Amino acid sequence: MADTLTKTTPEAPGPRATTAARPTEDRTAAAPEQPAPTVIADAVDVVYRVHGTAASGRGAATAALGRIVRRRGRGGEERGVRTVHAVRNVSFTARRGEAIGLIGTNGSGKSTLLKAVAGLLPVERGHLYTDGQPSLLGVNAALMNDLTGERNVHLGGLAMGMSRAQIRERYQQIVDFSGVDDKGDFISLPMRTYSSGMAARLRFSIGSAKDHDVLLIDEALATGDRSFQKRSESRIRELRERAGTVFLVSHNNKSIRDTCDRVLWLEHGELRMDGPTAEVMREYERFTGGKA
Amino acid sequence: MSQLLDKPPTATAAPSGLSGPADPPSDAAPALSPADLAARHGLTVSGARPSLPAYVRQLWHRRHFITAFATAKLTAQYSQAKLGQLWQIMTPLLNAAVYYFIFGVLMNTRHGVPDYVPFLVTGVFVFTFTQQSVMAGTRAISGSLGLVRALHFPRASLPLSYCLQQLQQLLFSLCALVAILLAFGVPPAPSWLLAIPALALQFTFNAGLALVMARLGAKTPDIAQLMPFVLRTWMYASGVMWSIDTVLKDRHLPHAVTVLLEANPAAVYIDLMRFALIDSFHAGRLPDHVWAWAVGWALLAGVGGFIYFWKAEETYGRG
Ligand SMILES: Nc1ncnc2c1ncn2[C@@H]1O[C@H](COP(=O)(O)OP(=O)(O)O)[C@@H](O)[C@H]1O
Ligand SMILES: [Mg+2]
Repeated sequence: MADTLTKTTPEAPGPRATTAARPTEDRTAAAPEQPAPTVIADAVDVVYRVHGTAASGRGAATAALGRIVRRRGRGGEERGVRTVHAVRNVSFTARRGEAIGLIGTNGSGKSTLLKAVAGLLPVERGHLYTDGQPSLLGVNAALMNDLTGERNVHLGGLAMGMSRAQIRERYQQIVDFSGVDDKGDFISLPMRTYSSGMAARLRFSIGSAKDHDVLLIDEALATGDRSFQKRSESRIRELRERAGTVFLVSHNNKSIRDTCDRVLWLEHGELRMDGPTAEVMREYERFTGGKA
Repeated sequence: MSQLLDKPPTATAAPSGLSGPADPPSDAAPALSPADLAARHGLTVSGARPSLPAYVRQLWHRRHFITAFATAKLTAQYSQAKLGQLWQIMTPLLNAAVYYFIFGVLMNTRHGVPDYVPFLVTGVFVFTFTQQSVMAGTRAISGSLGLVRALHFPRASLPLSYCLQQLQQLLFSLCALVAILLAFGVPPAPSWLLAIPALALQFTFNAGLALVMARLGAKTPDIAQLMPFVLRTWMYASGVMWSIDTVLKDRHLPHAVTVLLEANPAAVYIDLMRFALIDSFHAGRLPDHVWAWAVGWALLAGVGGFIYFWKAEETYGRG
C-alpha cells in the first residue's frame, strides 16, 4: 500500500519534510487508482481541559465553590482549569485496506488520537473526516460481570450496533474464537468466574465480531497468551481484508511489524514520522534504544 | 518512502495550497485539499450531532440494545443474592411494609382514608417509579462514562434504558400490589385496565424527566447528591401517604396552592392509578381534568426532554 504511494514522488529528504507530512493528498490526483480514503486528518489538535486542579493552593472545597460561582457569566478562559495539549497538528490520510500502526512512547497521544478519530473527543483545531463511523475495539464497558458469557455476547453485540440476526449468526464463531469453552462449559457461567485472560479473550472476540469500516485497536492484544495473540493478529488481517482500515496501537514492536504495513509515529502529540513499517520501526527503535 | 520530521511542520498549511514550491509539477490535475478530498469521497466530519429525525431513527435502530441493557441491569442487580430474583418482589413488599408501619401505625395518617393500605402502597409504588427513573436518569450519562467514551450509540439510549428498567421493576411491584389489593378485599374490576394508559403516560413523563436530568447530571455530576433531597420533598407534597382531596376538603387553602397540589404530575399519576385500582377511590376524588393533566405532562416532559437531551448529544462523555 505505502509502496505504491512512494513511486509517484522522488526521494525527498530533509527540507521537503513540511510538505511531505501530508504524503498522500498530493498524489491523489496523480494516482486515481488508489483505494478510497477512510480517514482524513487535517492539521488536527486535541486539547484536554482538566477541572479541579488545585493549582490555586486553596482548599479543595473553596476552590470547587469558586469554580461553581465563576462558571456563570464568564465566557473566556476559566481559572483553575488546566489544559493538556495532547495532539498537535497531526495530518494523515488513511485508505481502505490499510493496517496502520500507531507508535510512540507513553503519553505521546496515541489513545487520544484514536478517540478523536472515533469521534469521541472533540478536535480543538483542524478537521477530521471519516467514512462512516470508526469504532474503537472496546466493548468492555458494555459487558456486565454478573451476567453469563452468553448474555454478554448478545449485549456486547447489540451495544456495538449489530442486529439480533447478525449476533445469532456469529454467536458460535465468537465463542469458538474466544476459546472460553475449551476448558468446559464456561460460556453459561457469569463472567466474574472467568480468569482475567479468558475475559480478555471473550471481550476481544466480541469486539472484533462486527464488520467495522474503520477499526481502532488500542493495546487490546497485550492480554491473553501467546497463541491467542497470534489468533488476534490473524483476525486483524482478516478484518482488514474485509475492505476496512485498521489502526493498531501496540507497544509490541513485533506485533506491529507482523500486522501493519504503515506506521505513524507520535511523539509529544506531534506526528514525527509516517511511512512503511520497516523504515519507521527502524528509526523508532533507534530513538527508544538511544534514549534508554 | 517516509519522512522524518525533526521539527513539526510549523505552517498549519492552508488547506488549499498544498503544492509547495519544491513539489514536482502536477500537470495531471491540481492537488486536492483534505476538505475537497473528503467531500469527493463522501467523508463526513467525525462526531457531529445528527439531525433530530436521524437521531430518532438511530434510536429506533438501537431499540434491542435499549431493552437488552435494561433487562441485563435488572437481572444483574440480584444475581449475587441467595434468593435471587425473588428480591424483585420482596423489595417492594418490604418497602410498603415500612411505610405502612410508619405512616399507618405510628403516625396514623390513615385517619379518614378508606382502604388505607392499598391507597398507601399504590402511592408508594407509583411514586417510586418516577423517583427511581429520575435518579437513574441523573446518573445515566455521568455514571456510564466508560461506555459513552468507548462506543457509539445515540446517548439517549442510556436514560431510556434505565427508565425501562424501572418500568420492569414496577411491573414486579404491581404483582405484589395485586396480591395486597386482593388480601385487603379490593375486588378486581374492569377499571383495572385503566392502569395501562396511566402507566404509559407516566412512563413517557418519567423518560422525559430522566432525559433532562441526564443532560444536567452529565454537565454537573454533583446534582446526583442533591436529588434525593429534592425527590423526598416532592414525595411528601404528592399525597403518597396522605389524601390530597381529604386535606383540601377540610382546609381552606389559597386557590393557587390547590391548583399546584392537584396539577403536580406525581400526584396526577398516583391518583389515576388509585382510581383505576381501588374501588373506594371513586371519580369524585379525582381533581378536575386529571386525564388532560396526565397527557399534558407526558407530552411536555417527553417531547421537551427528548429535544433538550438531543441538543447536547455531541458533548456527552467529552472533556
Ligand atoms: N482524560 C485526560 N485528561 C487530561 N489529560 C489527558 C487525559 N487523557 C490523556 N491525557 C494526557 O494526554 C497526553 C496523551 O495521552 P494518551 O493519548 O493517553 O497517550 P498514549 O496513549 O500515547 O500513551 C498525556 O500527556 C496524558 O497525560
Ligand atoms: Mg494509550
